[in-house]
Amino acid sequence: MNDLFDIGGKHLQSRLFIGTGKFADDALIPEVCEASGSQVITTALRRVDLDATTDNIMQHIPKRMTLLPNTSGARNATEAVRIARLARAMGCGDWIKIEVISDSKYLLPDGYETAKATEILAKEGFVVLPYMNPDLYVARSLVDAGAAAVMPLGAPIGTNRGLRTEEMLRILIEEIELPIIVDAGIGRPSEACQAMEMGAAAVLVNTAIATAIDPLAMGRAFGNAVRAGREAYLAGPGATRTLASASSPLTEFLSGAQA
Amino acid sequence: MIVTINGQETTCPPLTTVLTLLLHRQLDPTTVVAENNGVIIQGEAFATTQLADGDRLELLSFVGGG
Repeated sequence: MNDLFDIGGKHLQSRLFIGTGKFADDALIPEVCEASGSQVITTALRRVDLDATTDNIMQHIPKRMTLLPNTSGARNATEAVRIARLARAMGCGDWIKIEVISDSKYLLPDGYETAKATEILAKEGFVVLPYMNPDLYVARSLVDAGAAAVMPLGAPIGTNRGLRTEEMLRILIEEIELPIIVDAGIGRPSEACQAMEMGAAAVLVNTAIATAIDPLAMGRAFGNAVRAGREAYLAGPGATRTLASASSPLTEFLSGAQA
Repeated sequence: MIVTINGQETTCPPLTTVLTLLLHRQLDPTTVVAENNGVIIQGEAFATTQLADGDRLELLSFVGGG
């Protein structure tokens, strides 16, 4: 199926973005990349631990992957911009996932600060993918700010609770011209499939894959689900209805056929 | 001289560059980005950036995240 997803000057075949957090063993990451077929992968930026030798996450990320560093840890636009510039200085491209969060209980993104950071970074040439609440007005402000896509949450980060925001996601998909990438909360391949059937451009999955008993198999399952959902969306699902509609003809029954 | 590295006050010999500091700490310079007094230092600039008493140096690298 020749259905490429164009974003940030790249033509992606896979509409599944994956994360690198929470893996029991980071050495699983290359196999998960392979099994899932994903081409975009997220990382975070943190202070080096000067008192311990730590594993370098980059050694586990295949060179073919597009790196999508996030600005996690930022509590306002200024901090997000600072983290984004540092991430770009690592020399792994200019994609950035804006994440501005000051609420530690539900990790909900701050739309106003996210839009401010998006505007500054887009002007500096970043490919900006902001994590957001599925709110139409925030989405419009992100479009105006120069985002390359918007990434609304399905449920709070790491909850595996699925598309709790389904109706709001549907509105964004309908009203916003930019690609909608459902990020956060997707816990099962069926939910990723559903997001794609609804017309999401892509999904980002981390916790559901990384914390599965078999992350490799779960990565493969998500890859399949995203492909199936996308294909179903392109195929155009038939209408739903309240009353039954027979699939077999309702005429020419055998007469007098009684048990 | 005293340099604050990732929030910890650290004694460094005079004329220490960011690169010598990284190598002394056994950190691979290709996996690290630095910010000294708010100014980003990367790649080749590690070797030419000398630290001064009172500098505030941040050393960062990529880690797993979603």
